[in-house]
Amino acid sequence: MAENPIPEAAIPAQVPEVPVDPLDALGALIVERSKGAVLRHYVANGELTVEAAIGSIVEVVAFLRADSACQFSCLIDITAVDWPGRAKRFDMVYHFLSMYQNRRIRVKAQVSEDEMVPSVTSVYPGANWFEREVFDMYGIVFSGHPDLRRILTDYGFRGHPLRKDFPLTGHNEVRYDEVQKRVVYEPVRLTQEWRAFDFLSPWEGGAYRLPGDEKAGGRDLGAAPTTTQTRSPS
Amino acid sequence: MAVKDDTTTKPQFILPTEDELKGGSLVQGGPQTGGLPVQGVQTGLYTAGADREVTVREMNKDLQDQGFLVTSTADIINWARTGSLHWMTFGLACCAVEMMHTSMPRYDLERFGTAPRASPRQSDLIIVAGTLTNKMAPAFRKIYDQMPEPRYVISMGSCANGGGYYHFGYSVVRGCDRIVPVDVYVPGCPPTAEALLYGILQLQRKIRRTGTIVR
Repeated sequence: MAENPIPEAAIPAQVPEVPVDPLDALGALIVERSKGAVLRHYVANGELTVEAAIGSIVEVVAFLRADSACQFSCLIDITAVDWPGRAKRFDMVYHFLSMYQNRRIRVKAQVSEDEMVPSVTSVYPGANWFEREVFDMYGIVFSGHPDLRRILTDYGFRGHPLRKDFPLTGHNEVRYDEVQKRVVYEPVRLTQEWRAFDFLSPWEGGAYRLPGDEKAGGRDLGAAPTTTQTRSPS
Repeated sequence: MAVKDDTTTKPQFILPTEDELKGGSLVQGGPQTGGLPVQGVQTGLYTAGADREVTVREMNKDLQDQGFLVTSTADIINWARTGSLHWMTFGLACCAVEMMHTSMPRYDLERFGTAPRASPRQSDLIIVAGTLTNKMAPAFRKIYDQMPEPRYVISMGSCANGGGYYHFGYSVVRGCDRIVPVDVYVPGCPPTAEALLYGILQLQRKIRRTGTIVR
């Protein structure tokens, strides 16, 4: 059977399309379908982020889980970010994975310090410990959480360590008391000086100056290493 | 009688010479210290007693072809202690992985007669492998208190030695010697399996050197 070449006219002309980012399209779809609960979306570094109002966060995550285009059935992580200079101090950050669509999404919502965040444990039971961790580390209170206690820090711990205004060394330290025969808590008393690191390396040709070198009379001690001149060409 | 106590052996004292008693370096510190006794240096009479090795060797020479072996009680207790260090696996962080390597076939810690135990009540040695946090500290002390005497502690890695990377942190104990007395510190972050093995051998040496029936 002789092969009939397809006439050229039968091939539809290739329309040069603008390539649509599937993540961007999904974000636009979510904004459209969520009826105003999702404020906006953007794609950065190949990752889709949507922003929502914290008051409607439960509706948003329930929508993300149930919608047929999303099906974000897997809660990856819940955390927060502290922005001390901002009026609404915290960002709540939720990460989800859709194993049906092979997509990941990040949901962000701003929270002020005196605001309560609705718990999403009713939608994702796995959010329980994540929200306890956020409460522990940032002091954000969740409403409707079944068991909102500290999860990581010590019993009777004071403060929330991941807030920017928390002192690095904390307030208390422990030691065993030979007289009382138990571990006692005391205010922090550091016996060692704080370490000062510089991240310059003399092996990378950086201007490496030791304290006091400026008295050596303006000579540039940080010149590029001369080892390359003496090294024999291999 | 196979085991002979060393108190029955005849003591062989090495007495100090006349010069040493009068004012030599044995009795007082040199001119650098202004004649005061030097700290950490023995300034009194020679009190170490007889050389047990020699007496035991002498007795063994007589008895070994008759099927006996003579040793001192302290020696055999030390031999038993160093040769059966049952260690409590107290892995807290990444150092625990190196601790596992130590007991795996390549380094094979068990060839020194050690055995990992999961219960403090059955162990002689606790290896603190990793970051000791404030929250863990009371539990750690409780575990240490459950161990029977004589008990030994190896502090493994920077975190257990002095807080290490987390020295200035809010939740980490700045060295596990704030909680329990430590016998051997193994440096490193984490120490290699060889380093820990060396630490255990150093501990055996320490037991042998300072070994007494009551610690």
